[in-house]
Parts: sequence; structure tokens; C-alpha cells
Amino acid sequence: MTHESSTSPSPTPVVAQALSHESPEPTVALPDGFVAVVKQDCPTCVLVAPVLEALAETVGLTVISQDNPTFPVAAGWVLHDHDLAMSWHHEIETVPTLLRVAEGRPTYRVEGWSREVWENFTGCQELGTGLPQWRPGCGSLSVDPAHADKLAVRFLGSAMKSRRIEIGSLTDEWETMHDRGWSDGLPVVPPSEVRVMRMLDGTHRAPDEVVAVVPPDMVECTVEKVAINSVMAGCRPEYLPVVLTAVEAACTDEFNMHGLLATTMPVAPVIIVNGPIRHRIAMNSGVNVLGQGNRANSTIGRALQLVVRNVGGGKPGGVDRATHGGPHKIGMCFPEDEEGSPWTTLAESRGFSSDQSTVTLFPGEGPRLLFDQISRTPESLTRHLARSLIANVSPRLALQFETVLVLGPEHMKRYAAACWDRDRFISELHRELTYPADDVIRGTDGIAEGMPDFLAGHKISKFPPGGIHVVHAGSGAGLFSMTFAGWVTGATGSVTVTREIVTEESRS
Amino acid sequence: MSIIVLDPTAETSPVTLPKTTRPESLSGLTVGLLDISKPRGDVFLDRVEELLSALGVSVKRYIKPTFTKPAPVDLRDEIAGSCHAVIEALAD
Repeated sequence: MTHESSTSPSPTPVVAQALSHESPEPTVALPDGFVAVVKQDCPTCVLVAPVLEALAETVGLTVISQDNPTFPVAAGWVLHDHDLAMSWHHEIETVPTLLRVAEGRPTYRVEGWSREVWENFTGCQELGTGLPQWRPGCGSLSVDPAHADKLAVRFLGSAMKSRRIEIGSLTDEWETMHDRGWSDGLPVVPPSEVRVMRMLDGTHRAPDEVVAVVPPDMVECTVEKVAINSVMAGCRPEYLPVVLTAVEAACTDEFNMHGLLATTMPVAPVIIVNGPIRHRIAMNSGVNVLGQGNRANSTIGRALQLVVRNVGGGKPGGVDRATHGGPHKIGMCFPEDEEGSPWTTLAESRGFSSDQSTVTLFPGEGPRLLFDQISRTPESLTRHLARSLIANVSPRLALQFETVLVLGPEHMKRYAAACWDRDRFISELHRELTYPADDVIRGTDGIAEGMPDFLAGHKISKFPPGGIHVVHAGSGAGLFSMTFAGWVTGATGSVTVTREIVTEESRS
Repeated sequence: MSIIVLDPTAETSPVTLPKTTRPESLSGLTVGLLDISKPRGDVFLDRVEELLSALGVSVKRYIKPTFTKPAPVDLRDEIAGSCHAVIEALAD
């Protein structure tokens, strides 16, 4: 007799598992009855070969051999899993695995060799009496790293709908990436089926799910297309949820990626990451935070830009009309140093909780230094930062542009020591950035550029309300902060957007 | 061994880049004859030139510095700017 529930003797590596009947229909059926999956290159399988022969005679066992088609013997009850399709489709992880199969699918399985478990399972007594009581099995060939990726592509690859392009053996695939116009000018990783499948492992979302409609061509972009471009950008699979959310945020009406791309100003999405995912993907919020050297920082923003280029069709000289552009247009992404800050985070200031991971997209120029090595009071430092921020875009223009202010840790110390919080700092900064419009009316001071005449006699604020986005980041050495100047804000330009990064963990 | 990649674009352009269409007639065209510097390539091209000239086709002769390397950019530019079609000789 057989047993629906069985426990393996302890200690033993044998795993006994009743299988759900709700699993999807297998596409490759197994023979009904008892089935053993084995390979000759497994000492335990060789050890139990006499048992397999005995079971073939007594209970009609079918043996499925992964390697040698005549192991354990050349017989009609030995099948060869030559392409590992049976092993892969029925999720064989260990050999030997003993299965009971009904209607082509396993209903019960045990892994490795254990006399007691095998006897209970088959109802046969005195199995392999000369053999050890138990032995662990070996890894199934279908999960061997040498085969697993190729099998996944063979059996799951059809879920990826993108056009396959074959690059001939005499062609350099790296050159082909450039020749086809898929690159931002730097090398891109060829998006092979295996690499894209690995990338898709980084998300729970289906490959064919539409993430966003990407400008300028307004093309529906699937998770799969984002994954392909993330491979090309050099991302690891665990970055994919961040890239997906960044694509979603960039393609909202508020953020207006089309306008950001088409403007002659040197602006691009500046992605700021908050929350636990910063650590899970090992982002750098410290030394050289806005520079090179960290893979996540360097590739997430690039993946977004490659999506805009390749899926949306936004290319320099096409819809991208930037007069000069800037190196940040390759991709700009960095996290906040939340742990080193006594203040609430940028994401918290925008209505999210500290346990939520988020991206905030700001339409920004490249970063610029805010220098102050002398100020020792928050008042002096704030006044100096304000004087420096006046120069964003133009010292003659106000109200139309927001800013991201990256406060360095040594500057933050001045505020922490004086018990200033985020709200007070921003309030004082706004006050220092409010001045008479008369100073910058068009034509004053011998300069034609400036604010329109109707503002004469009024006070103006450099940044609109809510237009200063403070982030804490940088190394512990250096009395510096940084600013990203903005693009036109509001309904006619781009509005800063924050979105939660939905991961498997955050869903549960 | 060839490799297969997934198209990262919106797939609005064809996979293969189209070849330049062949001229229907050589009448009135200039044909470039490119000798790649393999031995006896000139013998072959001399005969081709004779035949084309007899048909009244204008012919220009070019030669690559060495068959082991692609034609220099300047040479390619010159041929592309001066000829409507080109015949490249491979011989030994």
C-alpha cells in the first residue's frame, strides 16, 4: 500500500511532499504509476539501481534517466529524458526522486534514498536490504547551472514576445548594438534571452503587463521591454522594480517626460530613491554619491533613459532638442542617506512612510556645488545657501523653477546642533530667497533678461511654494552641499512625482 | 556561433536593414571596379571592363591597399560618390 502522508526518518535528507492538485497542467505528461527520476552520474542513483530493477518487476516502476539512456539497464521501462523536458516541467530538483503519477502528473514524491520511506511509499518490504539506511540524492540535471538557464529559455521563452534578432557569428554583437541605434553612446549589454529571463526574475509582474505609454512616440511599454533595456543598461534583476517604477513615474502626465525630452534646456529625470530597497540593492548614499562607481546608482537612471530612447523613440537630434544636454542625461539616480539624517526623509515629506520604498523624479539639470566652509551657525549657512541658489537657471529668474538641494552631512551637522528640523530649514531658506522683484526686472542693472514689468514693486520668491526638495546625502568629509536646478514647473512644465516601488515583499 | 538578442525597441522598423536596390539597367551609369589586391583579380576586372566598355558603360577602376583589411573610408567615400554600382573582384 501507499501512503498519502509520510515523514522521513530523522536525521535524513529525504524530503517527502504531497503535491498540490491546483498546480498548472504540465505540458509534458509522465507515465502513470510509480516513476523514478535518476541519473547515472549520481552515486545514490547507482546505489539504488538494484532497487529500481526490483520495483520495475514488482510494482511496474518506470525509470526516467536524465543522462545514460540505458541506466540502470536497457529495458522498456527505462525512458530517456534526453532534453530534460520531463524533469524540468515536473520540477525535479533531486535525483533520485520517486514519484507517484496519476493522469500524467505527480501526486506525491520523495527525494533521495531512504529504505523506510521508499518501503512505505511503494508498499514493498525489504527494499535494498544490503544498502545503507539512507543516502541523500544529487542535484537534478534540470537545475544544474550549466543547463537551468537554457531550459528556462526553451520552455518559458515563449512568454517573452519581443522580436528575436540573430547576430551572426562574424559580427561583433557589441558593435551591432551601436549600429542599430540602441545605445546612448556607451557599450550596452547584449540582451540575450537568458539575460532577459534572469532580469524578469526581479519582478513578480508578468512580462506582457503594460507599464506605461512612453513618449515621444507614445508606445505601450511592457515589463519585458523595460527588462530588456535594464539588461542593456547593466542593471541586476533586483533593480528592476526600481526601474519599472521610475518608468511609470516618468510617463505620467504630471512629470511630462515628453516636454523634458523636447526642451532645449539641459534637463533629465533625476531619480531619488528612499526606503528599505536602497540597502537591498546596495545603493551608495555616501562618498561620491552623485558620481560614478556604484552599479545601482549608475545603471537605474540609464535604464530609464534607454527605455525613453528605444521604446519611446526619444533621441538627441530627434525629439530631444537639448542645446547642450549634460552627462546626467546618460542617467541620474541616487538614494538619500536616511540613517545619517536627524530629519524626516524626502519621501516622508511627500506623504510616504519610512518603510515604503519610493522613487522621486525631479526634472533637473546636472548637479552644482554649494560651497560653505566657514559658516558655523544655521543662520549664516542658510543665508549663504540662499545666495548660491539664487543663481539656479539664472539669478534674474524666479518662481518658474524648483530645486533639489542635496544637503551634505557636514552642513547637516550645523542644523542638527541647533535643533532645526526640515520644516524650519525650508521655511528659513524660503525667507532668505524672497526679495524685491525690482532688483531683477527686465532691463535693470543693464541686463535685458529678467522678470516681467508687472512684478515691479512686489516681492518674489526664487522658488514656488513646495519647490525646495531637500535630500541628505554625501560623505562625512566636506563642508559642501549640491543643487539640481529645475526645469519649468507646474502645468506647463514638469511636476515632481513620487511613487512607491512595489516589490514582492511590500505586497506581502 | 551566432547569438540571439531581444529587440529593445517598439519594433516599428524592420529587423534587417534593406539593401540598396539593384539598377534595372547599366545604361548611362558609372560602374566602379574594385580590385581587392588578390592575385589575378586585375585579370578578371580587365575583362569585365572590356565587356562593360563595349556596352557603352562608363567604368572607373579602384584598388584596395590589401585584401586583408576592409577598404579605407576615403576609398569607400570616393566610390560611393562617383559610381552608381560597383563590382568587387575576388580572385586567386
